Amino acid sequence: MAVTVSIPTILRTHTGGEKSVSANGATLAEVIDDLENNHGGLKARLVKEGALHRFVNVYVNDEDVRFAGGLDAQVKDGDNVTILPAVAGG
Amino acid sequence: MLVIRRDLVDAMVAHARRDHPDEACGVIAGPYGSDRPERFIEMENAERSPTFYRFDAAEQLKVWREMDANDEVPVVIYHSHTATEAYPSRTDISFAGEPDAHYVLVSTRDPIEHELRSYRIVDGVVTEEPVKIIES
Repeated sequence: MAVTVSIPTILRTHTGGEKSVSANGATLAEVIDDLENNHGGLKARLVKEGALHRFVNVYVNDEDVRFAGGLDAQVKDGDNVTILPAVAGG
Repeated sequence: MLVIRRDLVDAMVAHARRDHPDEACGVIAGPYGSDRPERFIEMENAERSPTFYRFDAAEQLKVWREMDANDEVPVVIYHSHTATEAYPSRTDISFAGEPDAHYVLVSTRDPIEHELRSYRIVDGVVTEEPVKIIES
C-alpha cells in the first residue's frame, strides 16, 4: 500500500530536501521501515525503543497516531502520513 | 537578529501575563523565506503547567496545514517561563525541532517588568540573537 509522507524541515536532510516522499506498508511501523530503506537515518529520528519518539507527532490523515495504535496504526492506499516536530519544552 | 513589530511583542507579553503562572505558548507565522513574523497565533498549552508546555497535537496539525496553504512558516515560536529567566531550559533545547524558527522566551517572574529574549536552537546548540522592535 502506497502512502504519501510529509517530512518536516528538520528531517529533510534524510530525504535530499524533499518535503514529501512516498512509502509502502500496511501499518505505520512498516511505512517507517520502508522509509528507512530509501532514506537511511529517518527511523532513528522517529522511533526509540520500539515506540514513537516523544519529540515527534505523527498523523495518519487527520488523526494523531497516539490515539490510533501508535506504530501499529493501520494505513490504507492513498493515505497521507504527516510528521511534525512536537513543539514542547519547559 | 529577530526583527519584529511592537504589536506582536505586546501580544506575546499579554498572552504570557494572562496565562501566568502557567506557561503560555504560540506561533507567529510569516511568509516563506521572508524571516518576517506577521500572523499571531496563540496556541493551547496542552500541559497547562507552570513548568512545561506542549502544543496540542491536533491544533498544531491544523495550524501547520494553514501555514502550508498560505505559504507561511513558523517564523517565531514563543513560550513563557513564569518563575525563571527567559533562557531555554534543557527540555526546550531537546525538543527544539524547527531549525529556521526564532525561539522567543518571555519571562513573567517579575510582576511588572517582563524579560523577552530570542534564540536560534539548532542541533542542541543555543545562540542568543538581538531583538529589534519596530514601531507598527
